[in-house]
Amino acid sequence: MKVELREIYKYFGPVRANDGISLSVEPGTIHGLLGENGAGKSTLMKVLSGYLSADRGEILLDGRPVRFSSPAQAIARGVGMLHQDPLDFPALTVLDNFLLGSPGSLFPNRARARRELERLAARFDFHLDPQTPLSALSIGERQQLEILRLLWLGAQVLILDEPTTAISAQQKEKLFAALRRLAEQGRTVIFVSHKLQEVEELCDRVTVLARGRVAGEAEMPCPTACLVEMMFGQAVPQGKRPAVPLGEVVLALEGLTVSDWRVEVRGLSLEVRAGEVIGLAGLEGSGQRLVLQACAGLRRPDAGRVLLAGKDMTGRPYEHFLASGVAYMPAGRLEEGLIAGMTLTEHVALAGRDRAFLVDWKAAAEEAARRIQKFNIKGRPETPVEELSGGNQQRTLLGLLPPGLKVLLMEHPTRGLDLESTEYIWGLLQKRTEEGTAILFTSADLDELLDRSDRLLVFCAGRTQLLEARRTSVQQLGERIGGKGFDR
Amino acid sequence: MDRQTQDWLLRLMGVGLALLLSALILLALGVSPLEAVVLLFHGALGTPGDLAAVLTAWVPVLLCSAGLLLTYSSGLWNIGIEGQIVMGAVFTTGMLRLVQDLLPPPLALVLGALAGLVGGTLWAVLAGLLRLYGNVSEIFGGLGLNFVAGSLVVYLVTGPWSRPGTGTTSGTIPFPPSLWLPAFPGFAVSPVELALALVALVLVGIALRGTHFGLRLKAIGKNLRSAFLLGVPVNRYLLAAFALCGALAGLAGWILVVGASARHNLFPLISSGYGFLAILVVLLANLNALWVLPISFFFAAISMGSLELVYERQLDSAVGSAIQGLLVLSVLLTQGLQRRLLEKRAGREKARPPTEEEPAAD
Amino acid sequence: MDLTIFLASVLAAAPPVLFAVLGETITEKAGVINLSLDGTILLTAMAGFAVALHTGSVVPGILAAMLVGALVAGIVALASLTLRLPQVATGFVLTLLTRDLAYVLGNPYVRVPGPQVPHTPVPLLAEWPVVGKILFDQDPLVYLSLVAIVLVWVFMFKTRPGLMLQGLGEQPAAAYARGAEVVRMRYLYTLLGGALVGLGGAAFSLLVAPGWARQKFEGIGWIALAIVIFGNWHPLRAALGAYLFVALQTLATTLQSAMPDVPTQVFPTLPFPLMILTLLLVTVSGADWMNRLLARLPPGLRRVLSRTIQMLQTVPPAGLGKVPRRE
Repeated sequence: MKVELREIYKYFGPVRANDGISLSVEPGTIHGLLGENGAGKSTLMKVLSGYLSADRGEILLDGRPVRFSSPAQAIARGVGMLHQDPLDFPALTVLDNFLLGSPGSLFPNRARARRELERLAARFDFHLDPQTPLSALSIGERQQLEILRLLWLGAQVLILDEPTTAISAQQKEKLFAALRRLAEQGRTVIFVSHKLQEVEELCDRVTVLARGRVAGEAEMPCPTACLVEMMFGQAVPQGKRPAVPLGEVVLALEGLTVSDWRVEVRGLSLEVRAGEVIGLAGLEGSGQRLVLQACAGLRRPDAGRVLLAGKDMTGRPYEHFLASGVAYMPAGRLEEGLIAGMTLTEHVALAGRDRAFLVDWKAAAEEAARRIQKFNIKGRPETPVEELSGGNQQRTLLGLLPPGLKVLLMEHPTRGLDLESTEYIWGLLQKRTEEGTAILFTSADLDELLDRSDRLLVFCAGRTQLLEARRTSVQQLGERIGGKGFDR
Repeated sequence: MDRQTQDWLLRLMGVGLALLLSALILLALGVSPLEAVVLLFHGALGTPGDLAAVLTAWVPVLLCSAGLLLTYSSGLWNIGIEGQIVMGAVFTTGMLRLVQDLLPPPLALVLGALAGLVGGTLWAVLAGLLRLYGNVSEIFGGLGLNFVAGSLVVYLVTGPWSRPGTGTTSGTIPFPPSLWLPAFPGFAVSPVELALALVALVLVGIALRGTHFGLRLKAIGKNLRSAFLLGVPVNRYLLAAFALCGALAGLAGWILVVGASARHNLFPLISSGYGFLAILVVLLANLNALWVLPISFFFAAISMGSLELVYERQLDSAVGSAIQGLLVLSVLLTQGLQRRLLEKRAGREKARPPTEEEPAAD
Repeated sequence: MDLTIFLASVLAAAPPVLFAVLGETITEKAGVINLSLDGTILLTAMAGFAVALHTGSVVPGILAAMLVGALVAGIVALASLTLRLPQVATGFVLTLLTRDLAYVLGNPYVRVPGPQVPHTPVPLLAEWPVVGKILFDQDPLVYLSLVAIVLVWVFMFKTRPGLMLQGLGEQPAAAYARGAEVVRMRYLYTLLGGALVGLGGAAFSLLVAPGWARQKFEGIGWIALAIVIFGNWHPLRAALGAYLFVALQTLATTLQSAMPDVPTQVFPTLPFPLMILTLLLVTVSGADWMNRLLARLPPGLRRVLSRTIQMLQTVPPAGLGKVPRRE
């Protein structure tokens, strides 16, 4: 089935997730959709698969315009999507997951469904036991089941959103073999990824998205450099950050192992000095967040130690970390950082950690006004924080940090900020490093990572690599993030 | 019509709906709504004695509402408040029985108050621990503890503390007048009770608006995760909220035993549903301490006034609570409606082109 | 006490709790908490009795009770799904209100004798020793309750829509992706659950505790809510919990007469601390201190305790109480 997307627009409030994207995919091909986090790939595919509805634009299947108001409608027309985060039911069995949502009679014929499942699984060399609870399966196997299910429901167009993020190499080979077979059979496969190597290996044609728009299209094979350039843009030489004399070791990680249900970072050892800036690079879910949280005492390591200025803080509660001069700025400004419903003044009073009993509202308001000035926040002391724009919320968060920190941990500090704000904020952060604060931050902006860091810690599916920022080019960083250059 | 006016209109609509439903129910029972209003009014404010009864009922509701403002601000549902009142009364009675012949009355009363405070705090902290460390919702924990407290009273009243010669549940031996709170001359309410309740409300209001403690509680209630990340010791504060609310409820229990118009003994169901009524008051007052004052008075008036209605028209004594419940439900529903309409309007505004340039989200 | 008689009386006394528990299990499986359960049982019991009294027959009474139950559940659904009010708030207010309405509107019916569900032994089968006495020498509502357990189980685990219901509770987002109309389904199952609760209420006033009077069964609704949790949102386990509870209650009355020295308040109170204890047990495996405690025990003991606790653990449907927004 030929798939065409014409002038798709999708906004989330002020955020332009898809800003006029047009794309066309021929049947029997594997089409790659490449781009960084935030480029708009997932949104576009969710529009195509009926999960979201576009604000403007058209979808055509085999030349006929279609309108999906739900994913169920989409699959009925043959468009199925394998989501990045599995949308299945871990508490139910494999067979039940396979059956759920399929059309048919009141009493499903489980025996027949079971046979179908086994037949399809055999065809692709997948091994799935119908009776096991889904939670016992690995992500790779859950994906396999979902593919089989979509095929069973008659999917002619199969969209896979970052399918290889958390699967083993073996499973990846099986997946790729299956996808090639499907393409040979005449189905349309769209492969969304940020991993250059895989896209190069698998796809016939690639569309690159950046900032909600199409940045370029290429017929494969195409040189990596060309793809990287389309993804990350021209490497504009920018002033590197002025050298700051580094001091004592303030943060040390020894053989740190942290994990969650998706990814594991194993045996990370790192020493961070006062005044140093370490940029954590890598795609979401590669482990950076886990490491950052471990450094803040928000996550207990499975193994290894976390030392602050020589003191072993492993396993201690978050409060102790805070008291020892660590600060943590989460990514979700309004979800985890600020408190919707409270004003700037209230936040200042809250973060002040004042010992007094009564709140001196006057002083708090004055302090809020001072910080508004200092951090250039477009708001007033009595403005509730949810009314501030994203950029100003970020500045507020920064403005709430106490002085004299040893370690500052930040998730995406300048996400959503315009250039001017970004420069301003980094100016402030630079001052902090001069005062001796060490900074670890995650970012999706390669330029930011390269310009502002002394060293880079690149993450890919839990594996890490330390690089010198001054000696790394955008190209190289892009490749590393894409998975190239990590010894297999 | 601006937003403020629309808000008020909707709120009035809510009240109007409640009144309409109440009227229908009364009609179904063969009572004219107008008559009912007259009886309610008369029952509440007809004579000075009635007014004194309303004030007497007002005090425990006010105390509990003050306490619930603290727990509700921090996002907790302290359904266990009834049990906390009861335990306050139990501890008070126990203490008074212990010291009534040993100490001068004023001292005994003060000790009784402290005991009541401890009893209520204990019960509340228990619910809090179950929630924080046992993962048992404070709703179930509180409820279970309510029933346990209730049964404890029945046990005490028919067992160790029973009146000699009887096994009935009419209560323990009443305390002598020396152990009653002094009333106004000719008006059966004690200034001590009133002062205590009003002071409690004022203190809680100040605490919530003007102290770091109150600010942190509010923060926890609005976004627990953010509050935690900003350095607020969440568990400690939640437990403190429970404890303080329990303390105030315990004091209410003390007043229910020693108050000027009290029965002066411990008897089953001594909490009389004041705790739950306070929950309704706080819901209706939308966490605003100022609103708690008139609303709690209004509800106390309905409770007392309805007694006249019950007596004159042979209705079940729950008619007052039914009206109160209808009021709160209607206002909640209309508030929800109002918020939804607001959201829908905001949603339509969002479809306009964006103003700030931000990198797209996946 | 004879075991057969004991089991038979447990079955006879169970329908109210059973229907309420089954109904609420369905509602919560769909993701909605109906906290008004306690008051609803009272209101539906009163309504059922009143209608039965006026019409002279139990069937309209039962139907009326189911209607009232669905109505109250409807308000809960409206408040929660459409008006997005916190489920605990509306549920709590409703539980008080329905209870008060039950008392106020039921006042004229206090201690008035009325129709009861007649004892109808199944011909022939009731003669069957032991099993026959227990299962077939009962009344229609008991038979209905047994059928209900089976029906709910079959629906949930053997039919397509039932499978979707399971999915709805577990992962509403995924259910949506598979074609579920989340809000509409939640309304449907909440109403259905409410009707079942109403049936339970009718079973009280027309069968187990005939007639209407104040404070006859206050607190049962809360126990039912706890049994739903204990039952891990599975109809069979929930039914087991209901039967266990009724059995304990029946035992308590017997024990009471056997132990006249123990104060009479102990036994009726027992359900509640037991409820807390049970709830504690079934969610405790997540607690940090629990794991640390287990870590200190010798490995053999640790394994046994760990496994028992794991078996008891309940995991609420992931979508419970949350109403997702649509983009």
